[in-house]
Amino acid sequence: MTVQDRIQLLVNSHKVVLFMKGDRLFPQCGFSGKAIQVLDACGAEFDTVNVLLDNEIRQGIKEFSSWPTVPQLYVNGEFVGGSDILLNLYESGELQRMLS
Amino acid sequence: MEIDAVRALIEAGLDQCEAHVEGDGRHFEAVVICPAFQGKSMVRQHRMVYAAVKEQMDSGLLHALSLRTFTPETWAARKG
Repeated sequence: MTVQDRIQLLVNSHKVVLFMKGDRLFPQCGFSGKAIQVLDACGAEFDTVNVLLDNEIRQGIKEFSSWPTVPQLYVNGEFVGGSDILLNLYESGELQRMLS
Repeated sequence: MEIDAVRALIEAGLDQCEAHVEGDGRHFEAVVICPAFQGKSMVRQHRMVYAAVKEQMDSGLLHALSLRTFTPETWAARKG
């Protein structure tokens, strides 16, 4: 299985999945931490993938979405955005609608 | 990277765009105002900016770039 296949599988098997540095309890970077805060504030159920544990995924996720940074949120298999966009969507109420 | 270099790259990569950049040399924040953002999703708008600095991000010269994107209209509305 290529890394793109693995990522596709991860994205398909969870309704809401955040690719991040660290995990939900211990985010390892400020932007990942912000993304977790926003998702928690929505009361959403979500899974996380710690890219620090897998260098292939860490690089592959950037090619997968043609997006150069982590964290990255996927909802129903679709790339939603990084921490800036998540914050924006949360402030407008759109993220909550997306996750409900 | 220098703040001015980041700003110059973004403005060179997007037509008629204005960029305001802050940062500490590793992590940057940019406000980017561009008429071409009109009607595009945030993801698409941000992708346009990232495309302008792709080389620097790929090489690691630019590590993190937070973005807030606006059209000239939404920017004016925000300030007023």
